[in-house]
Amino acid sequence: MNALRKIVDKVKPHFEKGGKLEKFHSVFDGFETFLFVPNTTSKHGTHIHDAIDSKRTMVMVIIALIPALLFGMYNTGYQHFLAIGQQVSFWETFIFGALAVLPLIVVAYAVGLGIEFIVAQIKGHEIQEGFLVSGMLIPLIVPVDTPLWMVGIATAFAVVFAKEVFGGTGMNIFNVALVTRAFLFFAYPTYMSGDVVWVRTSDTFGLGAGNVVDAYSGATPLGQVATAATTDVQLVNIIKEPISFIDGFLGLIPGSVGETSTLAILIGAVLLLVTRIASWKTMFSVFAGGALMAWIFNVAGPDTAAAHFPWYNHLVFGGFAFGAVFMATDPVTSARTETGKWIYGALIGAMAIIIRVLNPGYPEGMMLAILLLNIFAPLIDHYVVEANIKRRLKRAKTN
Amino acid sequence: MANLIKTTRGLDIAISGAADKILHSFVLSDVVAIVPDHYHAITPKVLVKEGDIIEAGSPVFYNKVCESMKFVSPVSGKVLAVNRGERRKVLNITIERDKEIAYKKFKAANPDSLSGEEIKDLILSAGLWPYIKQRPYDVIANPDIAPKAIFISAFDSAPLAPSSEFVLSKQMDDFQTGLNALSKLTAGKVHLGLRKVTKLYEGLKNVELNYYQGPHPIGNVGVQINKVNPVNKGEVVWTIHAHDVLFIGRLFNKGIVDLKRKLAITGPEVTSPAYYETITGCQIDKLVLGKVTSNVTHRYISGNVLTGLKVTGKSYLDPYATQITVIKEGNDVHELFGWAMPRFNKFSTSGTYFTQIMQKLFGVKHFEFDARVMGGKRAIIMSGEYDKVLPMDILPEFLIKAMITGNIDKMEALGAYEIAPEDVALCEFVCTSKLPLQQIVRSSLDLMRKELE
Repeated sequence: MNALRKIVDKVKPHFEKGGKLEKFHSVFDGFETFLFVPNTTSKHGTHIHDAIDSKRTMVMVIIALIPALLFGMYNTGYQHFLAIGQQVSFWETFIFGALAVLPLIVVAYAVGLGIEFIVAQIKGHEIQEGFLVSGMLIPLIVPVDTPLWMVGIATAFAVVFAKEVFGGTGMNIFNVALVTRAFLFFAYPTYMSGDVVWVRTSDTFGLGAGNVVDAYSGATPLGQVATAATTDVQLVNIIKEPISFIDGFLGLIPGSVGETSTLAILIGAVLLLVTRIASWKTMFSVFAGGALMAWIFNVAGPDTAAAHFPWYNHLVFGGFAFGAVFMATDPVTSARTETGKWIYGALIGAMAIIIRVLNPGYPEGMMLAILLLNIFAPLIDHYVVEANIKRRLKRAKTN
Repeated sequence: MANLIKTTRGLDIAISGAADKILHSFVLSDVVAIVPDHYHAITPKVLVKEGDIIEAGSPVFYNKVCESMKFVSPVSGKVLAVNRGERRKVLNITIERDKEIAYKKFKAANPDSLSGEEIKDLILSAGLWPYIKQRPYDVIANPDIAPKAIFISAFDSAPLAPSSEFVLSKQMDDFQTGLNALSKLTAGKVHLGLRKVTKLYEGLKNVELNYYQGPHPIGNVGVQINKVNPVNKGEVVWTIHAHDVLFIGRLFNKGIVDLKRKLAITGPEVTSPAYYETITGCQIDKLVLGKVTSNVTHRYISGNVLTGLKVTGKSYLDPYATQITVIKEGNDVHELFGWAMPRFNKFSTSGTYFTQIMQKLFGVKHFEFDARVMGGKRAIIMSGEYDKVLPMDILPEFLIKAMITGNIDKMEALGAYEIAPEDVALCEFVCTSKLPLQQIVRSSLDLMRKELE
């Protein structure tokens, strides 16, 4: 550790003002604070500080995403070998999936952090850690077969136009990862929906070559519901075997990389709640709002398959759970008042189900529901704040 | 307990070094200084010059904005120098003190027999007025505007704060006289905030007792005002520290300005924390040298770890300080991968550390602290952090944002009149984004005062 510190101290002057590598000051600072806790002491104000900082906060979210990521890797391999009808070992399955998912992660991080570094240097501020989370979320919410160049372009668009133009992490209105997803969704719709993108049927770096079996169909469960001819739909997996609630909960079904396993997501949710990084109010109310809305459709909805899709299934299929746990709880873009969080979460849940059921074009509604409520979060907060202001005014008058 | 107010919002920081209830004998440096900067928002006009012989209670400078507001010498002796900095700004006035303090005589009188005006004039001319502060703006009270109430907190809930019971004991006569004088200054009530029913405070007159339970900042007078009689637009409330009420009491009982106080010397780096009798203006070195651990760089704080002033050994004790805290500076520490390590010895309200488990399961009472900020400054990211440690009916995050953007209407609407920098000190402590909240509040209150008064 001392040796490492000595090296850092030795190169540090080059990056300071007037040094020959001054242009990379922000990058150097980013790496230095990544290695060592900054030793700057308080100049005024409180003399001691809580040991939490934004690095640790963001890293906790990434750790919470790891179960969903690992499961997503395994599931990518599982779906592939199921599609081509081959029986392979656990590790072969996992490695196939890992190799398929890793390029997405690399591209998302390289593009996003690249832009982050450049902007930090231009503005002369420290590198903000927010993208560490966004960069991990992006690969988990896209279909595995999304072309890498698309991921790159969408990430660049989202980081620049959804974050940096607003002033960086903490200032953004929209969830950066969801803007990436929305950009892909509207710019390249054929790659983001339908039934060919969710399962990798080709080989990955030469691994797992083979032809798909005859019974294969790559539609996601929600896709099947949206296109069903009858109101009573029997969900099937990609080789036409029937599946039910428990399959949706465990997650060996087609879908975006990280969204399929509600179980893996809930493990992450536990970590986020124990560390109190995510608000339990938001998370709970998304599930509650979604369940209630879906139940209302079950009881009194129109005569479609989507409306008759049992309310509990709505919570485990598609991106509902992932959105509720990792996206809706983003503190920056969600409602910031405690009362507001209840309203914000419940509306996301309800809106996601409304889009799923009533919009024939989109089988999934979570992404749009969260983005929509991102817009409304400040309005919700506004009314909570106004209530506080009114209370204060009333107090002044009565006295 | 009739008026009991409870809250669970707040935070008691587990830091070691509270003062034992032992009072050591009188300590005072040979040179004592008065520093105008210790008083917020005044413009000093110096009345003494080098070589003048003065008594304790002789005016040294007055406030140009309010000429009746005098600032007096805490000791008797010879003026050594009036030190000035850039643009002739007065840095300090140093006084070589006499061995025995000679006091300037004021007219001792029973406050009951005096009118409010007479009491006010006496306090102003005796230089004790600066101890009375006002909300809004958290500045020295404007003597021309009568307050709707006066609030005194008889307990300090800040980390390692001195025990008021210990400090006030054996001085209850002076305390009662002080309260009597203060009660004449307002048409409303004088509120005294207490932690629990105690014999010491039984039989106090001219005062309304309120009881409070909860973690820090419940002892902050700002929180107590918010709970009992909040400051609305156009209203003024005065506050004074319980220990400073003694000075006013002594003035009326004995006719002298006696600024002796029991100062707690506290903190993890103090070898045996205890109380010392001293006087404002004492050099810090005289108070702490030989009483602290060796081999580390120290940070001396005049006050507590949350709101105190950063001082050096050569600085002088400020008039409002009731304690001195000594902690490690910590600027020589380089923690590798601190953001990823468990760091069992660190204190945090966040669930990403093991603080609560260490406290509840392993009974750990104290954690390691130094003056490091331990993170980079960011925009506000996490929500709800501040609310948990500010037990007022105020939305701190929105108030702070209004302050950062300089929106005075919004500040006013969101409760800026009720808040003082010390109230947001805990918010600053817990802030993930490491924002200087006390500084933001201070400069915003100054801005408001400038624009609105």
